[in-house]
Amino acid sequence: MTSQHTTQETGRRAAHEETARTAPEFVKAGPGQADAADEQRGAAPGGGADGGAARLTGEGLTLAYDQRTVSEQLSVAVPDRSFTVVVGPNACGKSTLLRALSRMLRPAAGSVLLDGADIGGMPAKKLARTLGLLPQSSVAPDGITVADLVGRGRYPHQSLLRQWSREDERVVRESMEATGVRDLESRFVDELSGGQRQRVWIAMALAQQTPLLLLDEPTTYLDIAHQIEVLDLCARLHEEEGRTLVAVLHDLNHAARYATHLIVMRGGEVVAEGVPDDVVTARLVEDVFGMPCRVIEDPESGTPLVVPAARKNTSAARGV
Amino acid sequence: MSVIRTAGGYSVTFRPRAAVMGAACVVLALAVGVLAIGSGEYPMAPADVIRALVGQGDPADAFIVGELRLPRTATALAVGAALALAGAVFQAVVRNPLGSPDVLGFTYGASSGALTAIVIVGGGSAALAGGALIGGVVTGVVVYGLAWRGGMHGYRLVLVGIGVAAMLTGVNGYLLTKAQITEAGRAVLWMTGSLDGRGWGDAAPLLAAMAVLVPVVLIGCGRALSMMEMGDDAAGALGVRVERVRLVLLGSAVLLVALACAAAGPVAFVALTAPQLARRLTKAPGPNLLSSMCMGAALLVSADFAAQRAFGAHQLPVGVVTGVLGGGYLVWLLATERKAGRI
Repeated sequence: MTSQHTTQETGRRAAHEETARTAPEFVKAGPGQADAADEQRGAAPGGGADGGAARLTGEGLTLAYDQRTVSEQLSVAVPDRSFTVVVGPNACGKSTLLRALSRMLRPAAGSVLLDGADIGGMPAKKLARTLGLLPQSSVAPDGITVADLVGRGRYPHQSLLRQWSREDERVVRESMEATGVRDLESRFVDELSGGQRQRVWIAMALAQQTPLLLLDEPTTYLDIAHQIEVLDLCARLHEEEGRTLVAVLHDLNHAARYATHLIVMRGGEVVAEGVPDDVVTARLVEDVFGMPCRVIEDPESGTPLVVPAARKNTSAARGV
Repeated sequence: MSVIRTAGGYSVTFRPRAAVMGAACVVLALAVGVLAIGSGEYPMAPADVIRALVGQGDPADAFIVGELRLPRTATALAVGAALALAGAVFQAVVRNPLGSPDVLGFTYGASSGALTAIVIVGGGSAALAGGALIGGVVTGVVVYGLAWRGGMHGYRLVLVGIGVAAMLTGVNGYLLTKAQITEAGRAVLWMTGSLDGRGWGDAAPLLAAMAVLVPVVLIGCGRALSMMEMGDDAAGALGVRVERVRLVLLGSAVLLVALACAAAGPVAFVALTAPQLARRLTKAPGPNLLSSMCMGAALLVSADFAAQRAFGAHQLPVGVVTGVLGGGYLVWLLATERKAGRI
């Protein structure tokens, strides 16, 4: 307990120093904003799952690609210090929402607010020191080593004349240790297995040292053991380092097990949100996914476990 | 990766292998340049060339070097460096080694502009250079405009570029058929890429533009471009303004290509091969911008020296040498990329 607490404190202090050191670069944003951020962070109950104030919110979002509108009047809030998971059927707009929250997609209407300010108007590097994203479609450059790739996460903390500080070196080392890829540091990324590679990408996102981290389907293409490994890692980052995580996941049972806050989407709308225990019910799953099921208690974790109805029961149920 | 740190908290990183390779290319380029300047109907020893270059030679040597031979060598160095840098930028932005200006139609556009100047306007070498510059830039704007769909995707840029290149090939063929035989001869020589008889007037616009564009690309955008190699989303998440950086980079690269074409014609394949060779020699990830530039300068000055001296009394246009060597390289690259499943 004590050691966890210390880690959190150190993390917070480091984050504060970081803001202080880089503040003069962005005089316009001003130290006031950094203070506000700190206050809000302080105001949130430490480690609390759902009660925390939201640093990241989307209000009245209309999200569209070219002409195709995915969501209209969508509002979400990511509780501070939560492990928020967004779930929903294919093409329900969950990845689109994540792209909007991480300013990869500019909303056609509405705004995404970070600490009360519209992220659209923030200096890109400043934002990248607060809000990280692990996209689905990243490409490791040819012939890059693990350490080099993780080091690229330091970009928003660097400048032309500060290309590689001792702080960068330390953070990269710690990020590789936290994700268990330190032993691989001089290996080429293209030689690694899928699970190892995903841990390297997560290490890169960690090296960015953002209090908020968004992950777009971090477990896709991984086998079950590697999926759990990656999710355990995320849970540990959330618990031990006090980071706010937002992940889009496909697997409802993984979502129910790991999330402290669950957002369920369908057809571009949020249909339910809250603690998984409250949200995941047989009725909701059937409503949202159109799949009859039973929800039982996960014998391992005590969280809701969705068990799809067997075929013969389904047809019987439908027949009645 | 090595780091130099100063007491003030400043730090700069570099890759020793890339630094050594870049230095080797610079030394090679300068050495070949001195040999090229020293050769010809009035041969000079390398020591005399260097003495003349630093302003210590006798007046006759100084005139031959400064007014007759140095402009050609300087143009070769500048054109090689500019094409290679533009090629490295394009290949990194579209994330494909085939995404070089040779393939994307910009050099064809420059040819169309130059042919228009020769055939329709009937101008001299200044009009030809101006036509090439305008043709290259207009093609760049058209390709960018056609490939833009609320964002830029490398693959679409390559496909649109190839399509535009095919159309321009037709236009160029038509313009040639309309030309008088002497004009056509001049146009074909230009289209092969030649440094014959280049003076300071040909090199000056390119050198002036490079003084601005090279720092913009290397210092202003180099690090952001490394991030963009990982994908737009990854770079954006790290705080790179992807669309803005890409526009600046592509704009600079198109200008470099157009000006290089204006100075020496569309010298084939330097933009394609130099970045690839640099990458294979440095073994460094990232766009290798500076190494590519050094490699391009060394390649073109060497190719021009070979074109002048390696075939006895016959002097070839430099584009023939780069075309033959680069074309062979392209075939090899296509085969290996195909095997690696990247295209």
